[in-house]
Formats: sequence, C-alpha cells, structure tokens
Amino acid sequence: MPETKTPVLETRKLGITFGGLKAVQDFNIQIYQGELMGLIGPNGAGKTTVFNMLTGVYVPTEGTVILNGVPLNGRKTHQFVEAGVARTFQNIRLFKEMSVIDNVKAAFTKDVKYNMLDATFRTPNFWKAEREMTKKALELLTIFHLEDKAELLSANLPYGQQRKLEIARALATNMKVLLLDEPAAGMNPTETAELLECINTIRDRFGIAILLIEHDMSLVMNVCERILVIDYGQTIAAGLPEEIAQNPKVIAAYLGE
Amino acid sequence: MKRSTTAKGYLLNTVVLAVAFIAFLALQNVMGKSGGFKLILAPCLWQCCYLIVLAASLNLVLGFLGQLSLGHCGFMAIGAYTAALLSLACERAGLYDDKSSPVFILILFGCILLAGILAALVGLLVGIPALRLKGDYLAIITLGFGMIIVNIINNLPFCGQDGLAQGSASASLYKNGLGFGTSSKVTFLWFALLVTLICLTMMFMFIRSKYGRAIKAIRDDEIAASASGINTSFYKVFTFAYSAFFAGVAGALYACANATLSTSSFAFANGGILNSTFVVVMVVLGGMGSLTGSGAAAVIMFFVNYQIKNGTWVALLPAAVQSIFAYPMLVYAIILIIVIMFRPKGIFGTYEFSLINLSRDIKLHHTRKAGEKAERKGVETHA
Repeated sequence: MPETKTPVLETRKLGITFGGLKAVQDFNIQIYQGELMGLIGPNGAGKTTVFNMLTGVYVPTEGTVILNGVPLNGRKTHQFVEAGVARTFQNIRLFKEMSVIDNVKAAFTKDVKYNMLDATFRTPNFWKAEREMTKKALELLTIFHLEDKAELLSANLPYGQQRKLEIARALATNMKVLLLDEPAAGMNPTETAELLECINTIRDRFGIAILLIEHDMSLVMNVCERILVIDYGQTIAAGLPEEIAQNPKVIAAYLGE
Repeated sequence: MKRSTTAKGYLLNTVVLAVAFIAFLALQNVMGKSGGFKLILAPCLWQCCYLIVLAASLNLVLGFLGQLSLGHCGFMAIGAYTAALLSLACERAGLYDDKSSPVFILILFGCILLAGILAALVGLLVGIPALRLKGDYLAIITLGFGMIIVNIINNLPFCGQDGLAQGSASASLYKNGLGFGTSSKVTFLWFALLVTLICLTMMFMFIRSKYGRAIKAIRDDEIAASASGINTSFYKVFTFAYSAFFAGVAGALYACANATLSTSSFAFANGGILNSTFVVVMVVLGGMGSLTGSGAAAVIMFFVNYQIKNGTWVALLPAAVQSIFAYPMLVYAIILIIVIMFRPKGIFGTYEFSLINLSRDIKLHHTRKAGEKAERKGVETHA
C-alpha cells in the first residue's frame, strides 16, 4: 500500500547488454515506502541481473536507478549502500571467518564515527561508538533469534540461520530499500514460514521497502502486495497477485504454451 | 561474557607487559656485563625485534586483508635507508655528539618515525594501482615493485653501490649514524623492545576496531563487503600503507642493528634471513590472522636460522644432513611442509595469545573435559 506518492526506489528504462546479449531491457519499477514487492520469472530471466544493477555491482548500459529522487548513475556498490540500497545474495555470502556479531558490526562500519587516532589510543569516543554498535547489533540479532549465538563463527550456523544473519547484516546498513535474492531457497516449509514472519516484522518495524526475488510461487502470492514478472529480460506483467496468477503470459512463461 | 572480560584483559595485558619489560631491564643490568649476553644474546634479540615487526606487518596484508604481497622487504629497505641517511645527516649537522645523550634518543625516535612514514607513502603509491589486481596478479606486481624499489635505491648516488652499501660511507654509518656496535646494542636494547611493543600494540588496536572488521570482511568476501557499505578500495590501500609503515619501522631497526646496509639483503630471495619470501614463510608458519603467531614464528625461524649457521651441534651431524644445512632455504621448506601437513592454518591459526585468553581457554578445556567425563559416566551407568 503506497503511503507516499513518490517512490523510494525507481528505475527508468534500465537495461544491460553483455556482448550482444540483451540481458535486461527497458526495466521500469517503482517501489514505495513500506511496500513488499515480488520479482519473479523463470530461470535465467534476468532477476539477479536486475538486483546487480540496483546495487551497482553491474553498470547498466542504459537507463537510471533513482533513489528518493536522486539518480545513482556511476556510483560504486558501497555508495549505493550509503544511499540506502542493501541486499542479500542468492548463494549465501557471509564473512565466514568472523563471528556472528562481527558480521553485523562490519556492516556498521560506514556509520561508525571514529578515526585511526581514536582506535589507536582507545579514546572514550572509541569505546562509546563500539558500545553503541554492540547494542544495536545485538538488537538486530534478537529480531532473528540469533542473540545467543553472537560469539559463534558464522560458518558454523545452520543454513536457515545463515540466511537470517545475511538479512540482519543487510539491515545493519541502515537502508531504505532491502533487496532479498531468493531468501527461502533451500529452506524447508517450517524455516520458510519462520522467515516470512521475520520479513513481515522487519518491514513493519523499520518501515522499509522490500523487493523480493523468489521461486516459491505460493510464498510470493501470499506475502507480496505487488508482483513484477520478467522473462528473457523483459517485463511481461505487473500487478496484484491475483491478476498475475491469471495472466496468460505469465502462465505461458512458467508452464510453456 | 566476552565484553566483561575485555577491560580486564586490556588491564592484565598492559600490567604484565610493563612488568615483563621492567624485569627484563633489571635482568639485563645484571647480565649485561657478561660476554655471552653482550656478544650473542643482545644482537640476536635485536634481530628478533625487527623480524617480529616485519612479520606482523605483513600479516596485516596477508592474513587479515587476504592479499598476497611478495615485495614487503622493499618497504623495509626504504625504512632502513631513510633512517640511516637521516641519522647521518643529523650527525653531520652536529645535532648530537655521542650516542649516550638524550638528544640522540629523540633523533633515533624521529628517524624511525620518518622511516615508517616514508615507507607508508611509497606503500600508498604502490598500493593504489597494485590493489586493483587480485591473487596471483597482485603477487606478481608486488614482487615487481619490491624489486624496483631495491633497484632504485641501489642506483641512487648517495645510498647505492658507492654510498651506504660499500666504501667509506658505511664506516661513517657505523661510527656516527645509527649503526650500533656490540656495546651500543646492549645499551639500546630497551629501545628496540619498546619500539617492537609499540608497533605490535598499534597493530592490535587496528585489528580490534572497525578497520580490522572491515578488512577481515574484505578477506572473507569482497563483494559482500562492498554490499555491506564497506569502501573496499579505501580499506585495502589504507591497510597496505599502514602495513608498509611498520615494515619501514622494521627497516629502521634493522639499520640500527647493522654497521652497513646493502640492498641485496632486501631482495625477493637470497641466502640470508631477510627477504620477502622468508617473511611470507614466517607469516604462514605462525598463522595467517594471528599477530602473536607471526611474532612467535619470527623468533622460531630466527632461532632455526641461527642454529643452522652457528650451532656447534651441526658439526656432529652426518655429512648428508650437513649438506642440506648448507642451503637454509631447504630447511625452511621442510619446516613449512611439516607445519602445513599437521596444522594447515599455521602454528597459531587465528588464535591470539594473551593471558586472559589462556586462562579462559584452560577453564573451557576443563569444563569440556568434565562434561565428557560426566557423559561417559552416564553412558556407563546406562549400560
């Protein structure tokens, strides 16, 4: 449900070509604050490519990404994050040799206000910033029920919790738009249900916009307010879940004609 | 649990280090008169000092940032020559008369600091283009830069072949500049130890802060790190320069411990103990990601090297073993292979030695053992 008229994240005619291959063409999307939007499509449709363009990993060959009215052309990934776009990855990318809480703290790096001198001489400024960071990190971990595993090595967490930790780390960047790339991949129904609950909690609590890539159709149909379907890099349908479920083009793309 | 022990750990480590330092000075006062200390132990400790700083500084790049740099001794060379030239200049300007004056300590400290800063600046210049590459390519380019630095120094008229390396200038370094004779080495041993302690502390503070977390994140997954808002290129170049700073300091300490400087000591590989390959071996041996491990490995490798070359027991060995010992590189390779076979992550792994860690781990070990015992008992009674 759009609360404000201006979208948080918007793309205009976004497109990218790899060599001669047009991976994504003319991609337009508007996400509003507090909205949960789904991005679906068959394998190889270009969903993750879209994510990579929205986070600055790929540089789009045409079009622009606009965040809160500011175009983000030519910025690097970490500058996209500073502007307010955070993401998770399809194949989990945690900082494996670091503890669970350090994974979250690493994502606070850009917001921590102390310099080399503070760090070297352990000034009160340093301790204050570190204490605040630990508190915030533990709060985030509590949302995902990971607070008692804070000191564990992140690689030792079970699969489902690794996914959750990745979301927690993305939330630590203090973003406005969260991009989740197949968060329920490889999860059993119980874990998926738990994850959905978490996603709803964080959206309500942080009031952020979420864009979700997912293969599990029932999941997408249940939680997303709006859905965008792409196939072969082109948007073939957009609208409410009920409309999408009955759209002949979508059915053709998923089941074949 | 960890947070409550942090403050206690800092306090304990500081107190223990201070006590150990003072105790060492007292011991030195007693032992300093004996010939063995003066002729053997003091020079050895000097060498250990700069090797520890050097290995730990490379560990910042290799173990914590995860980038393979093979030209680390190049930065050390810059530090060594900067400190030596500065001290010579100070002497010629008549800033100090003899090495026992307090002014000399200040000048010494200034020389070491400036040596580090110049090395860091060169590290910055090298790091900006080099760190765009990864893995093998970065290794090749840093290897190249290390050689270039050494060659440039070699061809500078005031410090190359005819400068500090050979000829009369070397003698002036020994008499007037930094180069310490055996008695000065004993007198200034406290200074070398202090510099080593300060350097290690600075590196620890760096690792245990947002900087350390950021570079460890880059090591584990660079794409995820940048997607978490970490400016990867900034932290990479910064760490590279910071590491070069300590390599420069190590070089300055080296200049103090030697009467002459020769660029061949800082090459990529040579027969001596000081070359870029050897430093990499020390870091891998001690554990990539453990500063105390690097320190321990530096001391171990120095000791091995010293014993192979000077140990009286070597003459008692069979001729075949002695012929291997004639090529110390072979011995290092064997040690490295054995360590990699049994402890792939190095002697320390990512473990940092500290008293508070030790007491905690011993406790943990005991509780675990007790738990296992109880479990076994439970199984037995159950059966």
